[in-house]
Amino acid sequence: MFIIDKIKTIYRSRLLISTLVNRELKARYRGSVLGFLWTFLNPMLLMAVYTLAFGIILKPRYPNPELKTAIDYSLFLFSGLLPWIWFSASIIEGGNILFVHGSMIKKVMFPVETLPIMTVTANFINFLLGLPILIIFFIALGHPITPYFLFSIPVMIIQFFFTLGLTFFIAALTVHFKDIQNLIANLLTLWFFATPIIYPFSFDTIQKSSWIKTALLLNPLTHIIEGYQYAFFFGSLPHYKKLIVTFIFSLVIFFMGYYFFDRVKDTFAEEV
Amino acid sequence: MSNSTVISLRNIVKAYQKYSSKHRFNTLKSAFIDGSIFRDFKPEDVYLAVNNVSLDIKKGQTIGIIGENGSGKSTILKIIAGIIRPNQGTVKTKGRISALIELGAGFHPEISGRENIFINGIILGLTKKEIKERYEQIVKFAELEDFIEQPVKTYSSGMFMRLGFSVAINVNPDILIVDEVLAVGDASFVPKCLDKINEFKRNGKTIVFVSHDLETVARITDETIWMEKGKVVMRGYPRQVVDSYLQAISEKEENKHKKDKSDTKYPVDNNRWGDRSVEITSVILKDMKGKERYIYSPEEGISIEMEIKAKENKDDFGFGIGILNGEGNVVYGTNTFIEKLMGKKLKRGSHKISFKIPSLKLVNGFYFIDVAVHSKEGTPYDYHHLLHKFRIDSNINDVGVYRPDHEWKFDEGIEFKKI
Repeated sequence: MFIIDKIKTIYRSRLLISTLVNRELKARYRGSVLGFLWTFLNPMLLMAVYTLAFGIILKPRYPNPELKTAIDYSLFLFSGLLPWIWFSASIIEGGNILFVHGSMIKKVMFPVETLPIMTVTANFINFLLGLPILIIFFIALGHPITPYFLFSIPVMIIQFFFTLGLTFFIAALTVHFKDIQNLIANLLTLWFFATPIIYPFSFDTIQKSSWIKTALLLNPLTHIIEGYQYAFFFGSLPHYKKLIVTFIFSLVIFFMGYYFFDRVKDTFAEEV
Repeated sequence: MSNSTVISLRNIVKAYQKYSSKHRFNTLKSAFIDGSIFRDFKPEDVYLAVNNVSLDIKKGQTIGIIGENGSGKSTILKIIAGIIRPNQGTVKTKGRISALIELGAGFHPEISGRENIFINGIILGLTKKEIKERYEQIVKFAELEDFIEQPVKTYSSGMFMRLGFSVAINVNPDILIVDEVLAVGDASFVPKCLDKINEFKRNGKTIVFVSHDLETVARITDETIWMEKGKVVMRGYPRQVVDSYLQAISEKEENKHKKDKSDTKYPVDNNRWGDRSVEITSVILKDMKGKERYIYSPEEGISIEMEIKAKENKDDFGFGIGILNGEGNVVYGTNTFIEKLMGKKLKRGSHKISFKIPSLKLVNGFYFIDVAVHSKEGTPYDYHHLLHKFRIDSNINDVGVYRPDHEWKFDEGIEFKKI
């Protein structure tokens, strides 16, 4: 059976995956002066930019009482931005990963699915490394960390499957249609603004317009990102019903993506 | 699959599909319009790289595959290695395979040689423990003790190749697949690689080997397979197969040359000048038996046969011949004046002239022939420059332009083994 077969393949390749992830993380900032510190600096700088633009200048936080000050807003923003970076970096790198390792695919026999898995896992670890920074920020800026923080773990699992499923699709498709690489960058920008990251879901404009609200509810990332915001920032129980639906949807995406990837992977050695 | 057979291919077909860029655009467009992305991978043009090939290779055999570019050699190797899957047919292999198809594939430039050894080893299917055991050996074989902590991007291409070869060979495979990788090595490393391959042979491993270096193939393989246009043409004793292959290539080139020649009958351009009061109407190169040929061996003789047509009676005339090598250097040149022959009478009409060289004594390569008929002062009536060509081909790759008759002599203390 496909699912069991593939789980076995992944299990057998665990050493290869962990080694590739390790190499990816090591090589990423090799040669730069600050090296590994960039893992922490990148999200912090991004957060500073967004806080300036949206927390101080545009202020899309009304009417949520918990987002009154720019400091509160920056912490809210951080909660959603960190998982978004994991997601978007995986997708962008996924569109490239088979080309980057083209020589390997053409010349060495190894399970190709390890490459998208590596991309998503490496970015996941990057995300995990960002969490201590998040905690330090929360504490330093006087925002309490609640036990609900632990509810972020199931959310991570959901996001992992969703991201990996999409990455499988994108990686396999870009081999045949290079145009997709250009499309992705633009689609991701749209997706970023169509997900409640820089504004809360309770934002006025959304609640007043039923079609915007519906659109956002249909976006699986809305529920995933909201899950983090509940766990990290608001300190309350996540909307678990929506999350369960999202989880099932993510699993479907994952298996469909993997299946598609598996179906076309024989063509990779000729096309990359 | 019998017990001793380790590689078994049955009716393998591999077609490469070519998509034109227009076709690509159409599929992308239609993919978005009617969602036909799954259906629409229809190839516009199919190229059969491997066409119904069946092969059995027994344990401990060293097999060489030869053939022209595009004959399907590399595709067969990749199919055996499992890198690409055939469209039809079955592949069965027994034992661990290591494929040296491109050395250092999968090396990451930013990280050190040491880390790359571990990662490459894992990609090739070793465990961490196995790599640790072999690490010293790998570094030593690659002669990279001093550089192993440096990022691989700082390596020279030779160092990079050595490391790649060293890792792949130390995987300790049951079946080793080698694709032309030895062609890029430096002079001291190639013999080392061949030694290692010989060691594999002694240890009873199976080796499948693709190379354009026919001498090496004939020397180290037990059996040679000759492929052409995706099919196995011949399989058998290496020397015999290599010779048949060489002969076929010569014939093919002879034919090609004949065709080229009949297509163009001495064009009037930069390579021909003179007033044509005496015209060279044809130049044919023949061997000593009188057969028209293009490729000659160094010991053979050649006869340059010219036909001329004089439009008027002449008393001031001479004939010249020049042989030039591929670089344009004159290998030999002479004419009737130089050889103390003074033209006395050339009657109006057609005549035949031949110039015989009993033994060419030239090294391998292309040669051009200049022929001319001219006056005593050197004014050409008709001069053919680089219009006629022949080739010297032998399995001895000596260098220079001229191969004098020669012989080696050694006293009893010196012995050689024939290879």
